Amino acid sequence: MSSGNPVIELRSVDKSFGPIDVLHEISLKVGEGEVLCLLGDNGAGKSTLIKTLAGVHQPTRGEILMDGQPTTFSGPRDAQARGIATVHQFGGTYPLMSVGRNFFMGVEPTRNVGPFKVFDREKANRIAVEEVQKMGITRITDGDRLVGGLSGGERQSLAIARAVHFGARVLILDEPTAALGVKQAAHVLRIVNEAKRRGLAVIFITHQVMHAMAVGDHFAVLIRGAIAADFRKGDKTREEIADLMAGGESMADLEANIEGYMETHDGHPPQPAA
Amino acid sequence: MTDTTSQGGPGGSPSGEETASSFSLGDLMRSPASGAFMGLAMVFIVFAIFGFQRNFLSVGGVSTWVNFASTVGMIAIPVGFLMIAGELDISTGAVLPASAMTVAITSGYYEMPILLGIFASLAVGALIGFINGMIVTRTQVPSFIVTLATLFAVAGLTLTLSIVFINTTQTSLSAPDWAKNLFGGRLLGGFRSSVFWWIAMIVGFIYFLHKSPWGNWVFALGGDQESARNAGIPVQRLKIGLFMLSSTSTAFAGVLQTIQFNAATSQANFGMIFNTIIACVVGGLLLTGGFGTVMGIVFGTLTLAVVQQGIGYTEIDRNLSFLIIGVMLLIAVLMNDTFRNLATSWSTKKK
Repeated sequence: MSSGNPVIELRSVDKSFGPIDVLHEISLKVGEGEVLCLLGDNGAGKSTLIKTLAGVHQPTRGEILMDGQPTTFSGPRDAQARGIATVHQFGGTYPLMSVGRNFFMGVEPTRNVGPFKVFDREKANRIAVEEVQKMGITRITDGDRLVGGLSGGERQSLAIARAVHFGARVLILDEPTAALGVKQAAHVLRIVNEAKRRGLAVIFITHQVMHAMAVGDHFAVLIRGAIAADFRKGDKTREEIADLMAGGESMADLEANIEGYMETHDGHPPQPAA
Repeated sequence: MTDTTSQGGPGGSPSGEETASSFSLGDLMRSPASGAFMGLAMVFIVFAIFGFQRNFLSVGGVSTWVNFASTVGMIAIPVGFLMIAGELDISTGAVLPASAMTVAITSGYYEMPILLGIFASLAVGALIGFINGMIVTRTQVPSFIVTLATLFAVAGLTLTLSIVFINTTQTSLSAPDWAKNLFGGRLLGGFRSSVFWWIAMIVGFIYFLHKSPWGNWVFALGGDQESARNAGIPVQRLKIGLFMLSSTSTAFAGVLQTIQFNAATSQANFGMIFNTIIACVVGGLLLTGGFGTVMGIVFGTLTLAVVQQGIGYTEIDRNLSFLIIGVMLLIAVLMNDTFRNLATSWSTKKK
């Protein structure tokens, strides 16, 4: 699936904050047109890893390579300038602003009216709607529409379309489907596939195994700051992955325990320990 | 929030080719200025009926409240920018006397050129705004508290320094004729020059907020500051700039007032704080930020001015003006929610 050369690669990256080690020996790589799913429970170090990739944190040890060249990002702007785009759960969109203005936030197209630079609303709206539609969201037809009126999935898609339009090469999606319903999530997953088809390297962070399985080529499971498993599509079943994420404790065992308890207690499940 | 919002009021669309779509019902309805305009129209009509016999519609009557509106308005718009950006500035109540005293002491008491006094006064305003902005961006203290602190600090400093320099808390200033005409004259039978300054500032502010790319950033600050930072917007510099804009505009209002009345006092003007905030809220701004228009604030200011000043030219009991303002404010806040919901859910059906 990968076209050989990884776009971005981490080589045994460690990150610690003072005495606390958050990431140990993280090595991973993503190539063009490849989706790497980063799975992990809450507190596994996913956010720190994202921030390291996005230039917010510098690795304590180890190195980051882009196109095979060792690099350091001086900050998030630097990482962005080199084509690393991060889309967070709520998409980085402004609910009370129009689609066009959201899309071009920070890079507004302008036209000159006399000596003044004026935001070119027509152009912004046209390009925004075009780009979003190209990503497969056909419901957005009016660039003047306020983003607050869009669904969560559409907002997410708008943010992804924006990153793609502005030349992102690596797309980091931080839990894009976590707050979405089934249909909305499917929406976003379609967009992820579209981004992949266009040759972006996608890092998809989630704890929903189903969503990961739907788009991922390559999976890494993060437990307590280390990569506990690294495998390719089709190597493991959904149950196996869920077990891995739960920290090796088998979900199947847990289920068996509950069933056993219920049989001996008139069908009541065990009370959770208060 | 669309470009058309700024054109919702009088003025129309400057770019002819999009005029047809600019005035669609949807665009009007989702403009935060439309509610404010309806409020103004309603108040104006009621007052005009009750004031028909009492010169409410005469030049004298109209200029009274328009003059008042110009002072409040040139402060309210940049304060509104801060509200759109999710901040608040209440230090204006102290910047006004500080700037008035600065120009009066410099050019009145020490008899220096008037331009120097005006410059010093604007510099004092800019400095206070800079301090506000620096504290707000460098700490996590809410801007309400920061500007509350500078409000009292500056008010106290103004009184103390007035005593130190001129041994009294108020002083007079007689500006040369050209300055008097330019900054404090009367035109067209009663309108102060501050009205024309205000109109010029409205044009500039509309350009800034609705036409220039920077306006986008102001809305982004109030919408989602973290995303704005990620999008590469210089969040801190922009915020400091907005605080400076608000206090410098206030200082300019102080200068105009001093030249107009030939006198300045160092008493803090707490009423101005409420007036500017009322004007913004009645004008359709959300206290949570991210939403609003310049024309909305203008309508809000005019409404406030009609009720506070125009009431003297009607048969309505003057004592009722505070009650009317209170009720109006409540209605405005309730309406604003409705308008925002309308705005977000509205999708124009342009083929």
